[in-house]
Amino acid sequence: MTKIKLTTPLTDEMVEKLRIGQRVLLNGVIYTGRDAAHKKLVELLDAGRELPIDVKGQIIYYVGPSPAKPGQVIGSAGPTTSGRMDAYAPRLIDIGLKGMVGKGKRLPEVIKSMKQHKAVYFAAVGGAAALISKCIKECEVVAYPELGPEAIHRLVVEDFPVIVVNDTLGGDLYEEGSKIYATT
Amino acid sequence: MYNLGKHYFLKGGTKIKTINVEEITNATAKLCMEANFFLGQDMIDAFKNAYEKELSLTGKEIIEQLIKNAEIARTEEVPMCQDTGFAVVFVELGQEVHIVGGPLEDAINEGVRRGYAEGYLRKSIVGHPLERVNTGDNTPAVLHLKLVPGDNLKITVAPKGGGSENMSAIKMLKPAEGVEGVKKFVLDTVKAAGPNPCPPIVVGVGIGGTFEKCALLAKEALLRSVGIPNPRPEIASLEKELLEEINKTGIGPQGLGGRYTALAVHIEIYPAHIASLPVAVNINCHASRHKEIIL
Repeated sequence: MTKIKLTTPLTDEMVEKLRIGQRVLLNGVIYTGRDAAHKKLVELLDAGRELPIDVKGQIIYYVGPSPAKPGQVIGSAGPTTSGRMDAYAPRLIDIGLKGMVGKGKRLPEVIKSMKQHKAVYFAAVGGAAALISKCIKECEVVAYPELGPEAIHRLVVEDFPVIVVNDTLGGDLYEEGSKIYATT
Repeated sequence: MYNLGKHYFLKGGTKIKTINVEEITNATAKLCMEANFFLGQDMIDAFKNAYEKELSLTGKEIIEQLIKNAEIARTEEVPMCQDTGFAVVFVELGQEVHIVGGPLEDAINEGVRRGYAEGYLRKSIVGHPLERVNTGDNTPAVLHLKLVPGDNLKITVAPKGGGSENMSAIKMLKPAEGVEGVKKFVLDTVKAAGPNPCPPIVVGVGIGGTFEKCALLAKEALLRSVGIPNPRPEIASLEKELLEEINKTGIGPQGLGGRYTALAVHIEIYPAHIASLPVAVNINCHASRHKEIIL
């Protein structure tokens, strides 16, 4: 199957072309964040303060990597369950976040927000953490080091393989994909 | 008492084996690392079988990546998944074993502490469920201790990831709901989980006992080698039927559609109260990890 190469930052035009089921290879800078970091970001937004990262045109990868062994850029780094970020994601999409990478279903309000503000949700293969870490070429903590694996990391990725699950038309591959193979 | 190396005799002739806590700590540390680096051959074989038979191309591609991932983890000694889990430790302690040098639980926790540090495993435990500050060393373990006959001490470490644990469920059915009620609850739980627990999954089911016994049965069911049926024919047949039903949902690898939603269903049963029919479903991701040692 053909794979689409995408390099961050992403524009509306770039994400509008994506459709559910497409294979994408992500390149460039992406940021990591899990629930604890999202909570802090949204608290800053509530207080009207500046965020430690500019999310405009960016992708957040929901991951809490394992520690790097000596000589490694990063430890194992597969996606975590995205649903835990649903409470916060629309706030970041509102201010220009263009992509999220994780695993598992999103709530209808997050899908609606993606449609409205032109953003997409990609699935990475959950549990393929040792394999995915090979695509990560640089890693540095840029905010909340006290959160350990939950800190915000700035990653540089090369051909990180993901699949489009929710596109800007409101499509949902989790719904469509299972329908095709269901026999009940 | 007469000392004979690691053994001594009690008055009356019972032979007692001594095991120092240091041995327990070392073994636990090693098991924490091995469980996270080396996926069992039973799982690899199950992946290969699923790869051959999966109809979805995306599904096939995903299973291929899981096989590659397990190979990288094994050869480079890195965790197969970044979520290196809650250290769930099962200890079967022979009643002719005398543990010396300190408390057993401390020895296990020290082993977890060392294993997670030396193995560069992720520290995923918060010390208080509401205050949520990371303990920094992945302790404490969840310890299940069973006293058994003999003079062996068996330690099994089964690191359990949060994603699949969160999709697990328990229900106290009415006895009148019977086997149909059990099947419905297992299927509903797997369907509700969808892509979240990283399918293809292994489904551990406990039927019977009390509330807490039933949950433990479901967890213990996950320790069985994948594909080995329950020795009771009626339960083995229920396992087979549930696996077929689960794989008809179309959820598939990673929930993106396909025939392999689950690789196995393992059921353990226990007698139940006349008023109760408890059912517990403990879902495990494809990183179905456990390693054991006998001291």
